[in-house]
Amino acid sequence: MRTKTIVKHTALIGVGVVMLYPLLWMIVSSLRPDDLIFRAPGLWLRDLEVSNYTGGWTALTHPFSRYLLNSAIVVFGAIIGNLVSCSLAAYSFARLEYRGRKFFFAIMLATLMLPFHVVVVPQYILFSELGWTNTFLPLIVPKFLATDAFFVFLMVQFIRGLPRELDEAAVMDGAGHPRIFFQILLPLMVPALATTAIFTFIWTWNDFFGALIYLTSPDLYTVPVALRAFIDAQGSSSWGSLFAMSIVSLLPVFVAFLFGQRYLLRGIATTGLK
Amino acid sequence: MPYTRRDTKAGYLFLAPWLIGLVVITIGPMLASLYLSFTDYNLIQAPRWIGLDNFAEMLSDEKLHNSLKVTFVYVAVSVPLQLIVALATALLLDRGMRGLAFYRSVFYLPSLLGSSVAIAVLWKQIFGTTGLVNQLLALVGIDGPGWVSNPDTALGTIILLHIWTFGSPMIIFLAGLRQIPRTYYEAAQVDGASRSRQFFSITLPLLSSIIFFNLILQMIGAFQSFTQAFIVSGGSGGPAGSTTFFTLYLYQEGFGKFDMGYASAMAWLLMVIIGLFTAINFLGAKYWVFHEN
Repeated sequence: MRTKTIVKHTALIGVGVVMLYPLLWMIVSSLRPDDLIFRAPGLWLRDLEVSNYTGGWTALTHPFSRYLLNSAIVVFGAIIGNLVSCSLAAYSFARLEYRGRKFFFAIMLATLMLPFHVVVVPQYILFSELGWTNTFLPLIVPKFLATDAFFVFLMVQFIRGLPRELDEAAVMDGAGHPRIFFQILLPLMVPALATTAIFTFIWTWNDFFGALIYLTSPDLYTVPVALRAFIDAQGSSSWGSLFAMSIVSLLPVFVAFLFGQRYLLRGIATTGLK
Repeated sequence: MPYTRRDTKAGYLFLAPWLIGLVVITIGPMLASLYLSFTDYNLIQAPRWIGLDNFAEMLSDEKLHNSLKVTFVYVAVSVPLQLIVALATALLLDRGMRGLAFYRSVFYLPSLLGSSVAIAVLWKQIFGTTGLVNQLLALVGIDGPGWVSNPDTALGTIILLHIWTFGSPMIIFLAGLRQIPRTYYEAAQVDGASRSRQFFSITLPLLSSIIFFNLILQMIGAFQSFTQAFIVSGGSGGPAGSTTFFTLYLYQEGFGKFDMGYASAMAWLLMVIIGLFTAINFLGAKYWVFHEN
């Protein structure tokens, strides 16, 4: 039994090392002079080379802080949008009885499977007709319309797990639906709201396609698009600064992961989110 | 149950943002893209009705055929491999084992980072001519090729990237494994069933609906992969078209050449393909997905 445990842990640690090695190597490489990156598979550091960070930070038209701020604006808008619109829809699906509810619920589930590309061209045309290209609006406004069906589904599941007696007691006390929703259910939904917020944060932060098609002016670049512009500007000539800025772009995701992993892991276990 | 007017009004009020989104952001654009797929449209001139020309063009479009092939290979190889690795790791992670939370987090982290531009950049270097993989190979005296610049191996590197993100299906498998009652295994042990017999007779059937769920989810996602191929190939889908995923070709046609009609037709083809594969999976599931009672 003991040897079996040791074998198992050895296997798991082995897998873990393979999983993390590229990331650790990227961190180390971002602190190395370029010529060393091309011939050092190891993880040791002789002396810290911070110039990759300082140089990379200002290598594009704007300092990297600009792109971080742009991403932060989009992410913040998306989180608020998803929290508000998805929770409202979820309450309607989970707690209210009306004609058409089941039909709409089925449609909501169907949209979970809809490939994004089927709607992307007309959406692009719509937003450009509205004059919204080169603004953050196409990346934020849809979130206020509960277009991320995953989160609606997640919250419906969550609300269904809350005792109905709570609502009924509130009705006895003369509360209307807005009060039941805002004062009774919403405070209890914090775990589901946190999951939604963290996933929205990470997905929106990583979103490349949307930012790529809507944001063409360098002032508005979000971090992924800026990184891409960075590759084009630097070529593969300076992996050091490329890695340095990659690390900068991953850091917020990593922090979100550290603080939110309890919610993240439970979130995917229950609904199969990415 | 009779519907009360109060509930109906509140129901639609709470549902209003979603309903508006459904009409304006989803159904409207779907219908529009269906219409556009029968037109020639470059965003500047009005769409011109050309009937089935876009679809006819697809039949002879070599680049499209190639992108379909690349995407099918990617889906067919990376999805099963990723699920096997995810399941194997989940099985290794017994409940109640020491360090479970730690391992789970370590294995899950790449799933969150995998779709980012930064990781695609890293991948491009790792499998470059002077990249990490070749540095490691050089240690044992092997002179490795430029993996991302070689048409035979470029797609393989993106498949590896996909497998690397096995953490999210692994978490779902772990949750599924937790639901299998321990008593089943205890009973099997009493009957003298071997470990492999237990796996094939208890674990696999009871996990089949979770495997199916993961399969559908990952397949739909894999058909839509974009960022990795875009960054690794520098937007070109090269070398020699070996990483031109269907979505990357769609992007090039729609947002590179502004041939929005053709891009819309391609999007519908993708939707039909995904729908077809999902349907086939659901039909096939009858034969291998086990339902209790």
